Parts: sequence; C-alpha cells; structure tokens
Amino acid sequence: MADHILIISPSPHIHSRNRVDKLMYTVILALLPALITGAYFFGPRVLLLTFTAIVACLAFEYLIQRFILKQPTTITDGSALVTGLLLSLNLPAGLPLWIVIIGALVAIGIGKMSFGGLGKNIFNPAIVGRVFLLISFPAQMTTWPLPEHHILDIDATAGATILTAIKNSPNVSLDMMPLLIGERAGSIGETGAIALLIGVIILLIRKVITWHIPVSIVVSAFLTAALFHWMDPAHYIPPHFQILAGGLLLGAFFMATDYVTSPMTSRGMLIYGCGIGILTILIRSFGSYPEGISFAILIMNAFTPLINTYVQPKRFGGGKKK
Amino acid sequence: MKLYTFKKGGIHPPENKITNNQPIKVAGLPNQVVLLLSQHIGAPAQPIVKKGDMVKAGTLIATANGMISAPVYSSVSGKVNRIDMQTDASGYKRQAIFIDVEGDEWEESIDRTPTLIRECDLSPEEILGKIEKAGIVGMGGAAFPTHIKLKPPKGFKAESLLINGAECEPYLTNDHRLMLEKGEELLSGAHILMKALGVKQSYIGIENNKRDAIEYLTKLTQNDSGIKVIPLKCKYPQGSEKHLIEAILHKRVKSGALPISVGAVVQNVSTVIAVYEAVQKNKPLFERVVTVTGKGLKEPANYLVRIGTPYQFLINLSGGTSEDTGKIISGGPMMGKAVADTSIPVTKGSSGILLLSEKEAKRNEVVECIRCAKCVEVCPMGLNPTQLMTLSEFNQWDKAEKEMITDCIECGSCSYTCPASRPLLDYIRLGKGTVLTNIRNRKS
Repeated sequence: MADHILIISPSPHIHSRNRVDKLMYTVILALLPALITGAYFFGPRVLLLTFTAIVACLAFEYLIQRFILKQPTTITDGSALVTGLLLSLNLPAGLPLWIVIIGALVAIGIGKMSFGGLGKNIFNPAIVGRVFLLISFPAQMTTWPLPEHHILDIDATAGATILTAIKNSPNVSLDMMPLLIGERAGSIGETGAIALLIGVIILLIRKVITWHIPVSIVVSAFLTAALFHWMDPAHYIPPHFQILAGGLLLGAFFMATDYVTSPMTSRGMLIYGCGIGILTILIRSFGSYPEGISFAILIMNAFTPLINTYVQPKRFGGGKKK
Repeated sequence: MKLYTFKKGGIHPPENKITNNQPIKVAGLPNQVVLLLSQHIGAPAQPIVKKGDMVKAGTLIATANGMISAPVYSSVSGKVNRIDMQTDASGYKRQAIFIDVEGDEWEESIDRTPTLIRECDLSPEEILGKIEKAGIVGMGGAAFPTHIKLKPPKGFKAESLLINGAECEPYLTNDHRLMLEKGEELLSGAHILMKALGVKQSYIGIENNKRDAIEYLTKLTQNDSGIKVIPLKCKYPQGSEKHLIEAILHKRVKSGALPISVGAVVQNVSTVIAVYEAVQKNKPLFERVVTVTGKGLKEPANYLVRIGTPYQFLINLSGGTSEDTGKIISGGPMMGKAVADTSIPVTKGSSGILLLSEKEAKRNEVVECIRCAKCVEVCPMGLNPTQLMTLSEFNQWDKAEKEMITDCIECGSCSYTCPASRPLLDYIRLGKGTVLTNIRNRKS
C-alpha cells in the first residue's frame, strides 16, 4: 500500500460533473430552433450576421483578456458564444455587419469585461449591446426586412413590426398565426413563438433554468396588458398579442434567465420576473419606444443585487436571524 | 406506494449500491486489532488494561470517562501488545489499545446462540444501564453515545422513535443488508428502545431503492401496530436526522434545537440491532457490519467485522487496491473522510470503506461563480452556500453567523452540484468552525 499516493481532500468526494461550459452549450442548443426559424424566414444573411456577432464576441473577449486584463482566456467556456448568438437574435436581419461588430464590442467590452468578466457583470451583456445599438443607430435598428418565405397567405405590411404598427395606429388587424410560426417582421430570433417555446422546454428539461423567471414574466405581462385592454380596448391590444408580439418571449426565456444577472432565490426570481413583465407593458404602452423588454430587463438587472440582499432563501425550521 | 421526503433541496447522486445483493460475510480475524479510545463524540475512554494482559472478546478494556463518553471492549481474545498512538480516520493521532489476536474466546456472559429473544422484562432504567454499559454509540457515523440520546433533557418528552434506514449515501449497503438479514432483531431492538423511552410508536424510514427491505419489514410488522415502515423517496440527504424527522413526522426541528424538541428520537438501524444484542444477548459493541466497496475492487462485499480491524485487512479480503485507486474513503462518498493510510482501524462508527479511482476522485477545475444559484436550490437547510463561501473566504465571521452558517449539516449537496466546481463546503466548513469557536468564546 505504501507505494501508492492517495488523494486527500474534504468531502464530498463525488461531483455531479455539471460544468459551466456544458450549461452554456445547452443554451446554444436551445436557441437553435429560433435561429433556424429566423434563417428560414429572413434568408441566409441571418447566418452571416450571427456568425459575425459570435466571432466578434469571442475575438473581443480574447483580445481584452490577452492584452488589457492580461489574464488567461476563458472563451472556451461558451459564455461569449451565447452572448454573440443572443445579440444577433436581437437584431434586424438586414443590419450592416460593421454595426453588428460595434454591438459585439459594447456587449463584451462594456457589458461584461469592464466588470471583470463572467459572473461579475451586473447587466446582461447581449442586451447592453442591443440597447446601445438601438440608441446609436435608431434608423438601421428599426429597418425590418420582410420574410422571404411565405407559408401563410397574408399580406405582410412592409417595414414595421406589429408593435410599431400598433404604436402608430392601434386599430391594425391582428392575426395569431404569423406570431406563432415567425412569419412577420422583427428581430431575427424573436418572431417565432413556437421555436422559442421548444427552446425554453429544452432549458427546463435539462434543468438549466427553473420555471420561475419565464413564467412570472409572461403571467405578469399578461395580467398588466389585460388590465389595460379591459380599461380601454380601443387603445390597448389584447394581452395574448402583447405576449406573442415583439421580443417578450425571447427576453423572458433566454435573456432574463441569464444566471449572472438574475436573483438567486426562487422568491427573488418571482419578484424580478414580475418587475420585468409589468415594466415591459408599461414601456410599450406609455414609452416612446414600441418595445420595452430590453429596457425592462436592464432595469431589473440593476435591482438584482438588492433583491439578493433582501430575499434570502427560507431557512430550514424557519430559524430567525439573530 | 406513497413516498415521503423533505421539501426543500436535496440531490440524487448515482446510487452505485453495487453490494446490495451481497449477504453479510464474516470477515475473520486479523493478527492484531487496534481499539481507539476515542470512537465516539465526547471524552476518550480510560484504559484499564496494560501491556501483557490477556483479554477475551467482550472484555472491558477501557471505561467511560465522564458524562459524554463510552466504554470500549476488546473485540478479540489475545494479549495486550501496547497502548500507543494510532492515526484515526480524521488523520489525528489518538490513543489506542493494540491487541495481538490469539484464538477466539468470548466472555462467558455473552449469549452466542442465534435464538431470537423477543420478550424483555427489564425496566426502562435497566435497559438504559445495559446500553450504556455495552458502549453503544450511534453507528450511522456520528458516534454519539446512545444512552444520552435516550434520556431526554428536562422539560422534553419523547413521543416517537425513528429508526433511520434511509442509507442515503451512495455505495453503502450495510444497513440495507442488516434490515434484510436481521429484521427480527431490528424489530425486537425497536421495542426495547420504545420501552426505554416510554413511547408507543416507532417508524422505520427506508429509501425506496431498498424495496426488498421495505417489503420484508412491512410484512414482519403487519400485526405490530407499534412499528410502522415508512417508504422514503430516494433523495440525498434523506438520512440526515432533521430531514428524516421532516419526512416522517412532517415537523421541522428549529435551528440549533435537538430532535427531542419535536418529540423525536432517531436511531440508526445498526445501532438498534446493537441495542438488541446488548440487552438480550449481553453482547457489548465490538462487532459491526462494514461495506467495502468501489468500482475498482474485485469483490466488493458487506463484512461483519471486529472493531479494531485495520482497513487494509478488509481491502485485501475484497481483492486489494489497484494501480488505479486514487482515494480511500472512510464512510460514504458524500460525507466520508479521505484517509491517508490504510492502517486505520474500524471503529464503532465506520459504516464503509470506499475505493475511488483517480478519475472519480479528481475534482474539476474551479472556475468563476456564475451565480446560477444551483447551490441555493439544493441546500436542504435553506442556506445560501455561495454567499457563505464568500463570507468565509473574506473572514466575515459575524456576517456568516447572521446568515446561519452554523446550521450547515455539511451534506455536500452544494459542492456536488456546483457547475463551476467551487469548493463551497470546504470554505463553509472553515467558516462554521471559526464561528462556533467565536460563539463558545463569547459564552465563556
């Protein structure tokens, strides 16, 4: 026996073999249905744009770590890949590639690395990138190409998303089918509700996320929208259109659930989710932008440290803090 | 079948109960046994033998020292070689009595026949006296002297006895085999304990991965209204005292309180059988069942072992270590202790010896916390492990105390789950130790 060197370490001696990179790659898998839907309706340029966003995010993370922070690179952990993919899914398919690259720089450089990298950032990096572009390039960021393929026999109105159309005149005719399958104007990944649902089911089954954040966002947004619609149906569209139109589902399923920037306890997640749902509908209804999910997530990201401080898990036996 | 469990947290690691169909085998006698004087929580026992003394199996060789302590009996017949220091499973050098084995003679007072004796005419006090005298301690691992657990402090009254057959640690099967092979003794022991405690009801909680044991004991108790078998969901740490109580009695023991505060007394399966043997057969605790297991072992098995048998003797019986052995664990993989050498002897609290390969034993590379909150989700005590780790890392002891670091039961669910492989429990243990010391210093 003496010829053998034994490992000594404290318990536990086994590990689930969960790993950060495995989680990240599961998120990417879950985003593929939305990407495929986007590529189908908006054409192959979507893939070029997504590729550009991902490569730019990986490159900026590598360069910043290598030359500015002088620390070992972490680009293989998959998180920059997720940021790149999420950023591209939040952009219009026709956006010039140089703007995409600027978005990636802001997302990774300001949204993530300036805080110290993965795990340290306060705001969701992909949303930081998107909102920066939305404010800096409002014209390009709201030029929506029409779907190239047509499954449905509908007369698509050029160049406006449903939310923008409603903002201009609340009396547009509403149809459910385009919202479900994704044949409508909008950001690459936000248009197809079914594809997004498949993605979130993958995340839930693989236990990457819990139900708390997506469900609380959708339910609170629905109830808020229902209240407005009930008070004034002429001005406010029915709640189920609020849920399906725009980027609410993409945001609720994939952006708000980002581990780093969302609360840690299930009760905290519910508070955070309800905040996002309510704010989104308020911004859509009363703000100057037609869409509000990105801003709502950023605002609630800022509240996350506060929620984490005050909403602690329930102690076993209801023990009180002394 | 309705399965009971606790509500918050928990994990389900691979069960790996590779020895669950291996009947208990008698391990045989080593050349020398080493009986540690500190096999229990509390003061070490006082040796009453000296070098050269002849002893038999069952001879008292060290007496209890003070209130919280337990006597030690020789597990073999032979000659006392010396009283010397010996490394224990925690890596500390402790006093121990070394006995060279000669033959196998037992004290005459011990009833060695397999006859089952159900009736017990002793009074509760006499039963408690016999348990105390026999040196029985909790055999599930904690090794707290049993007679103390059976005497509720003033102002508390026992209402039910809970027998812990959860065996939620992966790999271990010693309690499982005992329930199958010593079911009658277990039930008789349960009745003796109920009499000693003055309670009318007892429950045997068994995890659902031991269906044969659940069915067998349910059959044995079908005409016995005093003992109820409770099937438990397979969820770690179901065998934790507080979580077993929650699953069976639906009551939660408050922070810092004892199980008796909700009227519960919890005893492990092996302990209850040891009580039967002590009270009905006059046999002090000097033998126990130990699971020797691991995927790399040729013949993993459950052995009936004399206390004091070196680990190496048992590992050799099962085929010995291989090139690949990376870690040897005393106990289960979740809460057991990694040992540095195999001369360590079996104690009253040793439930298993587990050999892990280098690959199984290696920890993943630690990366940054991504705040996924999976540790918060799995913590069965409702703590915030990542926060407690950070507080310990930065010596924030007062804050850690406020966040109830002392409630941690060290089950390891957080470290097991963490996708960033962060050493959560390592730091929490450190913080818990420091905070407990601070609290003690404040009181004195």
